[in-house]
Amino acid sequence: MPDHLSALQLILAGDPALFAIVRLSLGVSIAAVALAAAVGMPMGALLALTHFPGRPVLVVLLNAMMGLPPVVVGLALYLLLSRSGPLGTFGILFTPAAMVVAQTVLIFPIIAALTRQTIEDLWAEYRDELNAMHVGPIGRMTTLLWDARFSLITALLAGFGRAAAEVGAVMIVGGNIDGFTRTMTTTVALETSKGNLPLAMGLGAILIVLVLAINAAAWGTRIWSQRLTG
Amino acid sequence: MAFRRLSVALALLGSLAASIATSSAEDRSIVVASTTSTQDSGLFGYLLPIFKAKTGIDVKVIAQGTGQALDTARRGDADVVFVHAKPQEERFVADGFGVKRFDVMYNDFVLIGPKSDPAGVKGKDIVTALKAIEAKGAPFVSRGDRSGTHAAELALWIVAGIDIASAKGAWYREIGQGMGAALNTASAMNAYVLSDRGTWISFKNRGDLDIVVEGDKRLFNQYGVMLVNPEKHPGVKKELGQTFVDWLISPEGQSAIAGYKIDGQQLFFPNADKSGG
Repeated sequence: MPDHLSALQLILAGDPALFAIVRLSLGVSIAAVALAAAVGMPMGALLALTHFPGRPVLVVLLNAMMGLPPVVVGLALYLLLSRSGPLGTFGILFTPAAMVVAQTVLIFPIIAALTRQTIEDLWAEYRDELNAMHVGPIGRMTTLLWDARFSLITALLAGFGRAAAEVGAVMIVGGNIDGFTRTMTTTVALETSKGNLPLAMGLGAILIVLVLAINAAAWGTRIWSQRLTG
Repeated sequence: MAFRRLSVALALLGSLAASIATSSAEDRSIVVASTTSTQDSGLFGYLLPIFKAKTGIDVKVIAQGTGQALDTARRGDADVVFVHAKPQEERFVADGFGVKRFDVMYNDFVLIGPKSDPAGVKGKDIVTALKAIEAKGAPFVSRGDRSGTHAAELALWIVAGIDIASAKGAWYREIGQGMGAALNTASAMNAYVLSDRGTWISFKNRGDLDIVVEGDKRLFNQYGVMLVNPEKHPGVKKELGQTFVDWLISPEGQSAIAGYKIDGQQLFFPNADKSGG
């Protein structure tokens, strides 16, 4: 990234390196949200609707995992994915795939825990009705997930926010390689260490605006589809 | 309706996964574990496009402190190491992790300090300067991260006859971070700090800092390059990695290194002699 330009000049000039970084950041975070949601939502719903010994422990554990330190997750995955580690044969350390894995691990608990709470609250409301209609367990899960879909958007956004803002884990497993695994947050860290504080701040501002835009779009979609489906 | 939306979402996800998969499946690329000084000074940003144009090989640089870079290579997560702490590099090769070490280039360390120079060390030799800083308890920022620069700093305290482990007090601040971060910290608290010249020249946030000691023979800073031993780690890209090592020490690579300048100042001085070390 050219040092002598400000972040604003980079945007106005349509700097391809900057766009590649933004694309990678969004791509990795969105892929992580999708993977975490695919596993976390059904799991959260299942946890909300079932009772078994040890369930409270699992609920507390899941809630606590929302606070996993990214740098520790990054280090653990680094050791696992290293060529000397147990998963080294896949050779994905220092690639975008490793960053997706790291962020998925970080945001899965957020999505699963928030889903569990949402579905549990909804279940209290719908229990009698669904029981009277003799809806089976799978039917209950899908009905409640579908009914809670607008509230669950918030869970997805919380996960996305964590992924997009995170720097510790992607720095370790991605390696901050120029043009390959360099994201918005690792670029800000790098430019800061070069003493390029105005450029770092400008890039940070772009990141914040992007996150804001995505949240606004999600909100707009919610209003629009609520009107559409009633 | 819902299914249609779902299938669109899945298709989008699929193309995203595909783009991530293809970008990780490039085979004409190598991973080089190197130091923050080579990256923060902009050297790689200048050298790698020249190398790529000639060979078509993508070089992916992981910038870490020398200690961490050698550790990354020891685990087999890099194909080539390009660092600056000769004793550590020689041990790396002796332990069988590296094939052979080659000198590539040098620059020098400089002692950076506030223009007001509270310890009165400007223009002194490095040993006198360090003694004065310790005697006055003037703020000093240490990398504290097992990097090449950190190793050089510790060696200089020994030369100055100061046992830093017992002499350090509130004035001696180990931050455990890269060169740029150390300079930022020194700039914020007007402290002395040992830096490689390349990072200093390209550093933007100088505040009230300037070079206070330079040109001492003991401030020499040698960089070396090694291919990671493919016998230890079969995943190492031997041919591509060796191509990069050979190019760095070839007349062409050497003159490219000499050609990297900021504001007319040359940052690194090539000195490969092919005899290795």
